[in-house]
Parts: sequence; structure tokens; C-alpha cells
Amino acid sequence: MSEAKKTPFYEKHVALEGKIVDYSGWFLPVQYSRGLVEEVHDTRKRATIFDVSHMGEVSVEGKDAETFLQKILVNDISRLKDNAIMYSPVCYPDGGVVDDILIYRISGDNFFLVVNAANTDKDYAWFQENVFGDVKLQNLSPEYAQVALQGPNSEAILQQLTDTPLGEMKNYHFLPSVNVAGVDCIVSRTGYTGEDGFEVYCKNDGASKLWDAVWEAGQKYELNPAGLGSRDVLRLEASMPLYGHELSKELTPLQARLDRFVALDKEVEFNGQAALKKQKADGMDRMLYGLEMLERGVPREGYPVKSGGQEIGWVSSGSFSPTLDKFIAMAFLDPEFADQAEEVELMIRTRSYRAKITKLPFYRRKK
Amino acid sequence: MGYNIIDGVKYTKKHEWARQEGNEAVVGLSDYAQDKLGEIVFVELPDVGTEVEAGKGSAVIESVKAVADLYAPADGTITEVNEALLDQPEVINSDPYGEGWVYKMELKDESQMDELMDKPAYEKFVVEEDEK
Repeated sequence: MSEAKKTPFYEKHVALEGKIVDYSGWFLPVQYSRGLVEEVHDTRKRATIFDVSHMGEVSVEGKDAETFLQKILVNDISRLKDNAIMYSPVCYPDGGVVDDILIYRISGDNFFLVVNAANTDKDYAWFQENVFGDVKLQNLSPEYAQVALQGPNSEAILQQLTDTPLGEMKNYHFLPSVNVAGVDCIVSRTGYTGEDGFEVYCKNDGASKLWDAVWEAGQKYELNPAGLGSRDVLRLEASMPLYGHELSKELTPLQARLDRFVALDKEVEFNGQAALKKQKADGMDRMLYGLEMLERGVPREGYPVKSGGQEIGWVSSGSFSPTLDKFIAMAFLDPEFADQAEEVELMIRTRSYRAKITKLPFYRRKK
Repeated sequence: MGYNIIDGVKYTKKHEWARQEGNEAVVGLSDYAQDKLGEIVFVELPDVGTEVEAGKGSAVIESVKAVADLYAPADGTITEVNEALLDQPEVINSDPYGEGWVYKMELKDESQMDELMDKPAYEKFVVEEDEK
């Protein structure tokens, strides 16, 4: 494998004493000196800044851009307005998932897609394979840096750096060209933490200036940096799926209970439609559930889950939750057993630990 | 990085410490190890009477992100475990050489303790580890 890449913020992480790891080909901080647990609290109570430059960006332009997207997305993009954002899984014809992505509609023939870092090349190849008509695809990933500013203080911090009234920007909306501290940025009210916040994209050459400005503006609002470790815990608490865990080539969006993002009755035929309709009608032998440990023990990915001694599924993501002060997990379980059971057994190494089935999400922010 | 490396205990290459008391040793995780692991949230202790082997897993320490084995520093038998850690595993982070001790063991062969590193040797070892 080739050497991992540095994002434009690499030097900032080193200066802030981030513990750098190689994450899907990128050198990124897994945590900073305050530690993962504090970073979770910082995000929920104040504000944190994450380097998410590893995320991929793809531009889709042309007369047939929307029709093309309708074919590859399982969500219905025809409902999307300018400056609004939609979440959608992208499926293979068999219903398995290529990736889950965000679609930014700049205009009816101009879309900006944000894809998972580890899937960028695979996605782009998939888009090219499926493209037709008047559509111009561009992989912009190498050109873009991205920071996520997350937490209740985010708006106050970012507002100091722009004349654009951010209070008017609704959740899952964006502006394609915002002057943030003199840097031209795409600003969206989105995130992967379950908190209010913004994701700010800029070209690499403005990245350092953007980071420094946000950092400076954040000082009186107790802004702290946060890494991949807390990002993963935050999204688990908010029960947001992570590709490779809750979604994969072998797991469909319906199994992950993403029904509200799956427009089965969309008028345009889309990849996976027939398979997903059939799965919905036939039922599933594994579906996503929330688990909360009743005994102290850390549930982790891959651990088997049993009911009455019989294996009924596996943990897809698990952790200690600093916000809830509980050990929580998402797990794919056989609904036939899980819908009856209140308690299941989670296998950690050689012992079984009691866990109860709970509603998702584990955490929802108070508005 | 400054790690607290104390006198009066011996260290393993896997970052356990062991303090000999007669024919017994008290065993725990070094400050370096707890710092690398991060916030410790779970400890799995061996049963008293368990026979352990030098360099083999003898307890499990888990932080939010990672699962780590605590390897026995020498051959012997577990005589006491720190049950307070079951409810407060984070004590390993705050006091790794004191309240954060993990277990006591009876040493099968006390001379095995001589093979472990003393403070100066471990200080050097940790610097090398960090440079890797």
C-alpha cells in the first residue's frame, strides 16, 4: 500500500498534539490531548473542530444529472430543492450498498456529492459505469479540504467569520459560495455527531487560513479539536450508520432501518429497486437493533449476540457512551428472536454478558 | 512526552510493572501504557488461583477504543485481584502504580524478576518505542 496522505491540516494536528493514525489512507488524529471522552463532552456541550478532509467530493453536472442520480440513488432526488441536501444510500442491483452519500443540489443540473473516504475511488468508478446522456462527472476530492464544526456553539463561532446570516440556514441546507474569513467556502448545516453544526469545504490553498480563523474565533466559545475516535462514538450515540459497519455490500439500507431514505415507489427505476421491494415483502433475517449492556462490558464490532444460547446476530458498532454513561451497541439481529426478547446475551471473549434491546437513536439532541 | 516512570518496580517490554514483595509480585500497567490506551472503561480480572505464564495474557484492559491484554511479568499463581477496578477501571489512568494495581501473584521463580527492566532501562525503552 502506498504511503498515507496528509490533509492540508496535518501540521495543525501535530501542533495540537493529535495522536496521528493511518485511517483509510489518510494521516488523521484519532484523538488529541484532552482524550476521546472529553472530546465527546466538548462536542455535546460546547463546540469541536474536526478535520474531515478525507471525505470525497464528486461533482455531477449536465442536463441529465438529475435523471442519472435518480437511477443510482435509492432516495428520491426529485424532491430536493436548490441549496438543500439529501442523504441517500447508493445500491447495487442486488440491494447491497455501494456507499451512503450526501447530495447537495446547487441547481437542477449541478450537484455536489460527498462520499466516504474509503469508498471514493470505488464510488467514482461505479458512477462512471452507470453514467449516461449529458452528465459530466468530476472527482474533486483531491482539491477540497473540509472541516466540521460541531456542537451548540458552532453557529456563534462561524458567524464571527462571515456576513452571511447563518441563523437563516436550516438543517441539511447549504450555500455554495460563502466568504468565511476571506476564503471562498461551501457551508452546510450538517454533521455526523447528532449536534447542531456546520461542515465547511474549501479548496486546499485556503485551508490553513480557514482553520486558523475558525480556531481563533472559537477561543472565547471554548472550541476544542476532536478526532476520529470521538467522531465514531458521537455518531454511534446518535445512531448514524457507518459504511463497513451498518451498511455494506452484504447489508441493505432496509436491514439498517433506513426506510425513510429508500423511495421504493420512486417513478424512475433505480439500482436495487426490485431487490429491495422483494426484501421488504419477504422480510429479513437480520435487522438493526440497539443494545444497552446490563452488565459492565464493552461491546465491540463482530461480537456474537445470542438468545437462549442460540446465535441470532452480531454487533456492528459498539462502545462506551460518555454522554449516556452506558455501554451501547448497534447489532444486526434476527427479528424473529429480537422482537420477542427484551434481553439478549452478548459474547465478549469467553463469557456472555446481559444486554437489553433498546430503541434507536440512543441519543437525540434537545432542540 | 513525559511519562511517569517510577523507582522500586520492574518493567516488561509490554509495559506492565511488577513490584516484588517477598515471594509475591504486585502487577499493574505502566503510565506509558495507560496513556497509550486512553480512558480505561473495563477490566477483566483473572480468578484467584489461576496459574499465569510469563509473557502470556493474564487480564484484559479495555479503553474506549482498544482492547489490551495485560501480560504476566513472570510465571506464578494469582493470589489477589484488585476488585475495586471492576467499578472504577479509570483508576488505572489516574494512579497506575498505586490504586490502579491489577493483581498480586506468587512467583514461581523469583529470578525471573531480574530479567525485567529497571527504571533507567525502561526509560530508554519507552523513548525507543515512541520513535517507532
